[in-house]
Amino acid sequence: MIEVVDQIFKAVFGAIVIGVFAIIIALFYKGIDRKIAARMQSRVGPPVRQPFRDIIKLFLKENIVPKHATEWLFNLSPVIALASSITILLYLPMGSFGPILSTEGDLILILYLLIIPSLAMILGGFASGSPYATIGAQREMVLMMSLEFPLAVVIVSLAWRLKEAAVSNPFSLVSISSNPIWNNVGVVGIVGCLILLLVLLLITPGELSKIPFDVPEAETEIAEGLLAEYSGRNLAMFYLADAVKTIVVASLVVALFFPYNLSPLFSLSGIGAYIVDFLFYLFKLFLVILFAVTMVRVGVARLKIDQVTSVYWINLTLLALIGLVLLMFDKILIVKGISIL
Amino acid sequence: MKYEIPIGPIHPALKEPILLQLTVEGEEIKDVDVIASQNHRGIEWIGMNRNNPVQSIYIAERICGICNISHPAAVILAVEEAMNMDVPDRAQYIRVIQCELERIHSHLLWAGVAAHEIGFDSLLHYTWKVREKVMDILELVNGNRVTKAIMMYGGVRRDIKKEHIPKIKKMLEYYKEGFDKLAKFFLEDKTIEMRTRNVGILTKEDALKLGAIGPTARASGVKKDVRQDQPYFAYPDFDVKAITPDMFTGEVVGDTYDRIVVRLLEVKQSVEIIERALDEMPSGDILAEPKLVKLLMDLKKAEGEGVGRHEAPRGEVIHYVKLKKDFEPFFSWKVRAPTYSNIMSWIPMLKGCQIADVPIVAASIDPCISCTNRVIRINNDGKREIIGGDELHRLSVKKTKRLLEGGS
Repeated sequence: MIEVVDQIFKAVFGAIVIGVFAIIIALFYKGIDRKIAARMQSRVGPPVRQPFRDIIKLFLKENIVPKHATEWLFNLSPVIALASSITILLYLPMGSFGPILSTEGDLILILYLLIIPSLAMILGGFASGSPYATIGAQREMVLMMSLEFPLAVVIVSLAWRLKEAAVSNPFSLVSISSNPIWNNVGVVGIVGCLILLLVLLLITPGELSKIPFDVPEAETEIAEGLLAEYSGRNLAMFYLADAVKTIVVASLVVALFFPYNLSPLFSLSGIGAYIVDFLFYLFKLFLVILFAVTMVRVGVARLKIDQVTSVYWINLTLLALIGLVLLMFDKILIVKGISIL
Repeated sequence: MKYEIPIGPIHPALKEPILLQLTVEGEEIKDVDVIASQNHRGIEWIGMNRNNPVQSIYIAERICGICNISHPAAVILAVEEAMNMDVPDRAQYIRVIQCELERIHSHLLWAGVAAHEIGFDSLLHYTWKVREKVMDILELVNGNRVTKAIMMYGGVRRDIKKEHIPKIKKMLEYYKEGFDKLAKFFLEDKTIEMRTRNVGILTKEDALKLGAIGPTARASGVKKDVRQDQPYFAYPDFDVKAITPDMFTGEVVGDTYDRIVVRLLEVKQSVEIIERALDEMPSGDILAEPKLVKLLMDLKKAEGEGVGRHEAPRGEVIHYVKLKKDFEPFFSWKVRAPTYSNIMSWIPMLKGCQIADVPIVAASIDPCISCTNRVIRINNDGKREIIGGDELHRLSVKKTKRLLEGGS
């Protein structure tokens, strides 16, 4: 009995700590992202603490509900978006801190949880009763359906390969991070994994609705689309949800492909190891955000929704399938004991 | 399911107020209705009632913030025609240089806006950084970045001094070197091509039928340019040729991409014109009548009418001016901004496009919406009214009758 209470206490307390930390780190990274993007565009850019100021400002502002909106749904969806974004974080390992919650099928659960913030935005968009938000919601749905397929291929390929390498619970993030995929494959498999990593990095901006895949919020086309009618507290929550989701998706990339820690290298232990690993984790997050979000969004123009769908369904899915085939080929080579080097 | 989406009067895709009523099915645009006249400023009224003609140059300069050389240029052309005024050669050359400097800055500004409309903000910032060079020169020569107050009846108000010339030449070198880089960014980028190729096509027939002008018409293959067809100022010396996209790509599609090509090539053309103008500029006076009071007296005594046509960056701008003896302001003043002729080409361009194409297609004619806005009709209840074709025809017949009977 005490054990159960202890576990519940740990989960609740951990969730609160992670929630607060995630929001702070997410806003901080948003600031860095904006600063780096500005420097790349030869602008000065806002100070790194600007997102914090934005959030404070938004929370102080009036919350307007449009006349044609369905009020309860309109107000509920930002809460759902933020809560579900933070929930996913509870399943992800951070440095040498294991995930607070874990099951045998973490990855599958995360796949579904990742949809919820988008779904909340769609609901909010439809509930706003604005034509721009309606178009935005339709586009978000199409975008969501487009990127699910290559994302599923990537995750299932990884889990399958780990299972073939005799890792127990291949869908659990704990076992994935303790058995990095790179250590379990041969040369062909490494090439396959690199392809899968590339696909996942290209899914990241879509999952986060960033340029070139920011069609649901396209500012110049449909005036921020989904968020067109949102203001004040509700907009702040969507803003936070977006920032946290950036951390979530980047953490997922880190957990799947770069679960390595620094502490074994320096044979650290105790609290020092935790600190070093956590800092290293933040650094990995930074790299993923830099390459998958910041650099992509300054480098290209926004695509149209039909182009987004064809990129995800045809180009990226094919690429992911090639990665899967390479992994299968790699397994056959290893089983037969053939080395191509 | 068809439904209607209003783009405007206030919308991020539009920099000025106008209303595009779209009928869409999913993402596809089925029908477009353009509802203009959302921003009437009564500029002609001021010119005909409040200002003397010299002050009207000042107000003409404020018709458009970007074409602030073009509108005064058209006004002075009209008034000089009405007064039969001779202009010194040096002034004509300075006017050409000013007009071409304006074309460079306007086209670069447009290119930045176009990049922003398709979500490519890095290119926006880069292009505007490049544009700063010409703005610096404008400030150096005119003392002001935007409204330069340079045009004057019978000449220009400020000379291009000897010490300015090396700096202008340095700027021209900068653009010559930078042109290839800019062209590479705009014309070879994959995502820009995906967003602009075969989007917003205006066929040559439609361009001719709708009377499109400027880069919009030239991108559809209509070789039309006032500088080529009816040269004014010192343009006859430069033998300007209308630029069409086939000079660069080898074919004319008439899409948004072609309009980018035309504008970029025109920047290059302007650089070449300025370079020649600087070398060939004769010395001499810059004003036919330096005494302002005398000029005003002459203007007051003058009687006649004139039409000024100038190739602004957006196309041909026309000003009509009528002067009457002993009547100080313009007796009649009509301004036709280039966008007025181009705005209807939105309809064939947008039909069949997606909603996502609206910003870039709308921007592709480089609309200058409040400049276009010349009239608004309000009925007795204070509500806005739209006049149809029949009503316009009736009014026009009525006015012709009145004129024939000797009225005004």
